[in-house]
Amino acid sequence: MHIEFESLPREYVLAGGMLVDPEAKAPAPGEIHVRDGVIVEVGAAVGVSASVPRVDAGGVHIAPGFIDVHVHFREPGQEYKEDIESGCRAAVAGGFTGVVMMPNTDPPFDRASVVEAVLRRGREVGLCDVFAAGALTLGRAGEKLAEYFDLRTAGAVTLTDDGSPVSDTALMRRALEHAAMVGLVVTAHSEDKSLSRGGHMHEGYWSTHLGIPGIPAASEELGIARDLVLARETGAPIHVQHVSTRGGVDLIRLAKRDWGLDVTAETAPHYLELTDRELVGYSANYKMNPPLRSEPDRLAVLEAFADGTIDLLATDHAPHAEMEKDVEFDSAPFGVIGLETAFGVAHTQCVVGGRMTLTDLVRRMTLLPAQRFALPGGRLAAGTLANFALLDPSARWQVRTSTMQSRARNSPFVGRALRGRVAATIHRGHLVHRLATEAAVAAIG
Amino acid sequence: MIQPRKHLLGLEGMQAQEIYQILDTSRSFHEILERQVKKVPTLRGRSMINAFFEPSTRTRVSFELAQKRLSADTINITTSGSSMSKGETLRDMVANLEAMRVDMIVIRHGTSGVPHMLAEHTRASVVNAGDGTHEHPTQGLLDLYTMRERLGDLAGRRVTILGDIAHSRVARSNIWGLRALGARVTVCGPRTMMPKRVEDLGVHVEYDLRRAVRDADVINVLRIQLERQGTNTFPGVREYARMFGITNEVLNTTKPECFVMHPGPMNRGVEISPEVADGPRAVILQQVTNGVAVRMAVCYLLIGAAGEEETRTVHELPRAVPAATA
Repeated sequence: MHIEFESLPREYVLAGGMLVDPEAKAPAPGEIHVRDGVIVEVGAAVGVSASVPRVDAGGVHIAPGFIDVHVHFREPGQEYKEDIESGCRAAVAGGFTGVVMMPNTDPPFDRASVVEAVLRRGREVGLCDVFAAGALTLGRAGEKLAEYFDLRTAGAVTLTDDGSPVSDTALMRRALEHAAMVGLVVTAHSEDKSLSRGGHMHEGYWSTHLGIPGIPAASEELGIARDLVLARETGAPIHVQHVSTRGGVDLIRLAKRDWGLDVTAETAPHYLELTDRELVGYSANYKMNPPLRSEPDRLAVLEAFADGTIDLLATDHAPHAEMEKDVEFDSAPFGVIGLETAFGVAHTQCVVGGRMTLTDLVRRMTLLPAQRFALPGGRLAAGTLANFALLDPSARWQVRTSTMQSRARNSPFVGRALRGRVAATIHRGHLVHRLATEAAVAAIG
Repeated sequence: MIQPRKHLLGLEGMQAQEIYQILDTSRSFHEILERQVKKVPTLRGRSMINAFFEPSTRTRVSFELAQKRLSADTINITTSGSSMSKGETLRDMVANLEAMRVDMIVIRHGTSGVPHMLAEHTRASVVNAGDGTHEHPTQGLLDLYTMRERLGDLAGRRVTILGDIAHSRVARSNIWGLRALGARVTVCGPRTMMPKRVEDLGVHVEYDLRRAVRDADVINVLRIQLERQGTNTFPGVREYARMFGITNEVLNTTKPECFVMHPGPMNRGVEISPEVADGPRAVILQQVTNGVAVRMAVCYLLIGAAGEEETRTVHELPRAVPAATA
């Protein structure tokens, strides 16, 4: 399927598509009336005057634009890896119209001025809605709390020290308490660094086989356990990032079911698709933190994502320059890009794999992240942003670096055949991405 | 006929037939080492670079001697640490070596997988001389050679590998090679030095030294480097020596013909007592001699057996190696 239109007017009716409404049971044919970047009406047939142009969606599925609550856009400080503009291009190429930037930049998002600057830059680029996560501690150093009220006022939508979890448990407790009072959810990269330090892949059979120092599952499980216990202690809402282990899943299930905590969790597409076996060959494009785990872990994460224990899909899009990844395995930085392949990977694993419906997957990528972090968008409803991901669920395609929009190429999915692709992306009424005809032709199958 | 291989990155996946081929070839080179003139023109005009990114004396010297005895031109590069510290990536370094048209790169590196990465980017043959905690295939081969010299067929033989299994590339290469030849492998060492799921490599795990060596035909003792690990892997050398050190007292509990190997360098009084190291049951210096022969065989099989003499099968080699003319 191919999108014919190249641009969109101020006001139009997007017709001829299947609406994937995350608040409905299943996709249904329908139309969306858009004016000035906002949805005016959604229905089987919207009532507008004949003068409003109708835009043919060509039979694609129309979902709300995806929202990724976990991206690294490297600006300011490491623009050679990625910047807000290239990151946004990658985002919209993957159907995302909303992204939450992580604060591990240089300088980090630990004060209002930095947050304001990146949000301004995001608006200037104007391709998608750019949000920012403030830092939990000054300099992300884990020593002194940042000013959460100030960060929130500047626009921060959550707080996290991301890859540098606060190791001081007492400080983490205070962070949760203060954040809860300010009205922000703490996003936790839960990891016991004393267990993972020096490790470069999951500790298991393959680390033994390959002789690569391991990162035990226990480092994540202990981190999650600590953070959940603190959330229970403080009553603060918490969001657990990139769950990769079976034990982590068990703990979140316990916290939700038995403890009744206000906890949400995310996982990333690579944990749904890949395992530590991929490290055979020592490619650093399979190196990220948390690492690819064992097959039983992968299956547990998939199951937890399908049953809702893990609420959201987030990519942890972590661009690195080729020269940084193309070094001795232990010297290569952690992280892989994921925005442009997220839907294809998740759709292949979850929907084609029969574990969840397309609507449910879309819900995890739209409505749920929007609700959790009080972000605009994520719905197909009158009065909300006209942000759409136009999907072709039946498309078969092969991931290639040549078509990537990110400045980086460190994808673990290069060469993989996927089912389901983003045909176009609309942000605030404007067409911001359209799959090139050439690429459509080259798509395999 | 065995498909000629281009690189020797590890013993993992190597079939018994190919291992035997290397060991048989080694034996004919071993013969040369016993001659008065220890040099043959087999690899004349071939150039090799020995790139050692980790301190090493015996492996580097062993390779260099092996190459020189085959009349190859050899260059040694010795750098500690990563090439990255000089701002040059490993890729750049490989590209440079490549541009100089070398036939073989022998590499030792502290990071597992570096030889594999190198092999992907060069037309030269790559020999892994030890990568991180992954493999040390020529050490594995010389250990197999030494065991075979003493025991003949290794199928069903019991080999105990003793020490820090988690951090040992020698252990991994031994395990793969011994398993391929049908030996029964026991790994023994402290719990803290045992890698996860090591039993899935097809070995028996034993934490009690006496039980581990009781039925052994060979004990391969690994070097212990408590200081290198920098973490609390073990209380100390004294505790280690008392629990896992190979002494005459321990050897008195083994089969009388059981012998002791060590890849060196030894910590006398820690993993092996001086009287065992210098005693009649140690074959440690034979290992060193055998190492040269095995490395000659590896260099020869990787680049010497190809080219103009392509049609010659390796089994014909013993006669084919021309006697050196002075």
